[in-house]
Amino acid sequence: MSTHPSRDDAPVLEVTDLSVEYHGEHRTVRAVDRVSFTIGRGEIFGLAGESGCGKSTAANAVMRLLREPAAITGGTIRFQGRDVLALDAEELRTLRWREVAMVFQSAMSSLNPVMTVGDQIVDIFTTHERLRKSVARERAAELLELVRIDPGRLRSYPHQLSGGMRQRVVIAMAVALRPQLLIMDEPTTALDVVVQQEIMAQIAELQRSLGFSVLFITHDMSLMIELSHRMAVMYAGRFVETAPARDLFAHPRHPYTRALINAFPPLSGPNTPLVGLREGVRFTDIPDLREEAPGHWVAPVPVGTVIDGGRA
Amino acid sequence: MRFVVRRLGFYLVAFWVSVTLNFLLPRFMPGDPVSRMLSQSQGRMTPEQVDQMRVLFGLDQRPVWQQYLGYWHSVFTGDMGVSISRFPTPVTEVIASQIGWTVLLGGTALLIAVVIGNALGILAAWRRGGVLDSVLPPVLVFVGSFPYFWLAMGALYLFGVTLGWFPLRHAFTAGLTPSGSPVFLSDVAAHLVLPAATIVLVSIGGWMLGMRNTMIATNSEDYIVMAEAKGLRPARIMLRYAARNATLPAVTSFGMAIGFVVGGALLTEVVFAYPGVGYQLLGAVSALDYPLMQGIFLTITAAVLVANFLVDIVYVRLDPRVRVS
Amino acid sequence: MSATDPTEVPLLVATDHRGTLSGPTAPAAPDLLPRRRARQGLVHSLVANRKALTGMILLALFVVVALLAPLLAPGDPSTITSLGAQPPSAQHLLGTTPKGQDVLALTMWGARSSLLVGFVVGLAATAIGLLVGLSSAYFGGRADNALSLLTNVFLLIPGLPLLVILAAFLPTGMVTVILVLTFTGWAGSARVLRSQALSIRGKDFVAAAIVTGERPAWIMFREILPNMASIVMITLIGSVIFGIGAQAGLEFLGLGDVSVVSWGTNLYWASNDGALMSGTWWAFVPSGAAIAFVAFALALINYGVDEVTNPRLRATRRTTSARRRALRPATHPEVNR
Repeated sequence: MSTHPSRDDAPVLEVTDLSVEYHGEHRTVRAVDRVSFTIGRGEIFGLAGESGCGKSTAANAVMRLLREPAAITGGTIRFQGRDVLALDAEELRTLRWREVAMVFQSAMSSLNPVMTVGDQIVDIFTTHERLRKSVARERAAELLELVRIDPGRLRSYPHQLSGGMRQRVVIAMAVALRPQLLIMDEPTTALDVVVQQEIMAQIAELQRSLGFSVLFITHDMSLMIELSHRMAVMYAGRFVETAPARDLFAHPRHPYTRALINAFPPLSGPNTPLVGLREGVRFTDIPDLREEAPGHWVAPVPVGTVIDGGRA
Repeated sequence: MRFVVRRLGFYLVAFWVSVTLNFLLPRFMPGDPVSRMLSQSQGRMTPEQVDQMRVLFGLDQRPVWQQYLGYWHSVFTGDMGVSISRFPTPVTEVIASQIGWTVLLGGTALLIAVVIGNALGILAAWRRGGVLDSVLPPVLVFVGSFPYFWLAMGALYLFGVTLGWFPLRHAFTAGLTPSGSPVFLSDVAAHLVLPAATIVLVSIGGWMLGMRNTMIATNSEDYIVMAEAKGLRPARIMLRYAARNATLPAVTSFGMAIGFVVGGALLTEVVFAYPGVGYQLLGAVSALDYPLMQGIFLTITAAVLVANFLVDIVYVRLDPRVRVS
Repeated sequence: MSATDPTEVPLLVATDHRGTLSGPTAPAAPDLLPRRRARQGLVHSLVANRKALTGMILLALFVVVALLAPLLAPGDPSTITSLGAQPPSAQHLLGTTPKGQDVLALTMWGARSSLLVGFVVGLAATAIGLLVGLSSAYFGGRADNALSLLTNVFLLIPGLPLLVILAAFLPTGMVTVILVLTFTGWAGSARVLRSQALSIRGKDFVAAAIVTGERPAWIMFREILPNMASIVMITLIGSVIFGIGAQAGLEFLGLGDVSVVSWGTNLYWASNDGALMSGTWWAFVPSGAAIAFVAFALALINYGVDEVTNPRLRATRRTTSARRRALRPATHPEVNR
């Protein structure tokens, strides 16, 4: 993304001090710990971190999709000024998909295997726009054309489509109601590299033409830096660094961010051994972020922490 | 289509196993129950009938493979010998005159138990921890722990003997001629209530819990989360997304359950003297009527296999993933 | 680690009960070792589980009565001690049968045969099921196809009519009943155990054992089996329930040894002597209730095992979450029913 969107208007999403806990039998685990961020209109905000750092949990919390034993235990989520956590079930239902939509990790399992993809798209229109079935069907066909799938595929069942096509269908569904915010939770991890590229290009194109904001989640740093305007790095439920994507890539300040960026080999140039965190290095009690450069927030690292990378 | 053909092959194998078992039992069992039975009833049989029985049970001196082929021949021509307990009616005739009542009893009970049990399971899973979910399962498990026939005895004693609300025995009042008239049909229905209710009561818990557990597993699928994220109405998610998928394993176990329900129906018939094959089976057992026992076994097995095949065809309609191959 | 890896758990920062951070835990280790520790916890958690504990106490009660029947029961069950069809009284706590036998004595003595047959059938059926299921899962290919076919055929053939013709052709007696019930009852266990063994067969530690050249028997019984302890227990209990119920059914039809005292023969005689029509409800209620209570106690233990090992089914706190896939398929309670 080359141009940064204007930031004068109010943010679409404002998350403040969000905490999510999993209540287990014997212990309680805080998967998201006092996390704050905002996403502006038309902005693509990336959330990076390793598997299990809490990024998916945070994304699900935004749409209040968490289920027992996970529960939001603190903080606020404001969507265009509305307090999402205060909505009742019916208000929440109308907010979902119309205002915030989501593309899930695995398109295979997020589509109902016993319904045609057409019926699953039609469901959206008949529920939210109270369209008649025949009209909804036409709209569904248009949607498929938008992601360049033959509208004849409406009658197909999910298992009859390729992985890439399924993910396109899911993306088409996500933009069906022209939502303000699109959450994408690792939308391409289940796909091979070529298809991944096509899908990402498609998402970028849709974002340019429709202008929605994106909360983009991945553990693939290069993909994220390519696509996002601003991004945050998450570790063990905490943010360790937030900055404009290119700035963060060029000058990573937190050792964990450096390790994450170094974990991906450069595509060209000589082979260099990958350098990661030293064996056994753990960050605990991560402090709140401090602005170390304009727009570049970093969690201070306690002095004396041994973090330099050992040879892999 | 390949799925259906494969299943058909499987049922043929199952049928072959049943027929072969039926063939082998009288020939290789220790002791000689068959000749005991024959000597007992020889006085009433014509010499031809005795010879026919000897052939049926392998007491003639032909080599086993010839006997086996001959046995298959009689299975296909519907020749299962003569019933001893209902001498001299042929076994096939005895069964034909009674299978209808068993189908009526078993079918009614199965249908009611499946519909109500699965509906309860869906609701219980949807409202986890609700009244339905916390009260009903233990109660139904407890009720389901009783033997079919004992519950039948209790129901017969309580509602039949003591309270006199329902008729005590048989499928219709003696003296009425079977017809399509409302009088006869309501009489049949009144006779059906107690036996069917006991079967429903015993089997409904299994359906409810099976459905509930499948629904709970289904509810954690990604497509349910996605459906919630889509802002669909709860009723639609529950029925079209969760229950619709949870039905698939239920359909599979439906086929399996037919056999169990048949067993339950047979025992219940005995208690209510309901004139189906189960009641006939009791008579066959006490009279050492081996031809009838074997005939009933084969008939019921064949019926269960056919029912399972029909269930498979329904399954193909329900699951698009096996429909196209 | 791929994103769809089921071992991915969105938990890293652990807080103990006081809420202090104990730091991120190490990334999940690959599943290389059998989960021995979890198994030791099973018995412990069962005692802590209310359903299982109730079931175990109830079952223990019946076992004690069965073992001590000669001491506890009021006299020999087969002797005719009074007039027939006497209602419960101080002399005969549960009344007498139409023949004049003491119902309490019949019920207590009946526990011996019923429980013995039930448990022997349960153990035998589970053992066969385990053998078939494990070999099916371990060897795969043709062996699996053949064994699965056999299992499914036996599951499909309606049990009761098969029981009847088998029992009718064999000499009557308890051994026949046990053999016949085992013959018809193993398939349900085999199917459940096969699918569980199959999922463990795919784990890394089994592959590792194969690569190191362990013998098949060793892998099946020392590597795979210990990891299916709970499911083996569930099928065992299910088979015992089947055994007790089916024995009663067989004997009720008059296919058992009617001279042996068991709950099934008690019901057979009650029915034959016209207890129902003459209104002597006490002649048939106790034995049926005993069967039901034993089956219920076993079912409670089973639900306890299921809840302990499958937290998703627990009513109060579940660990269902959007991101966590089912670790194993839900076990169906209709197994063996």
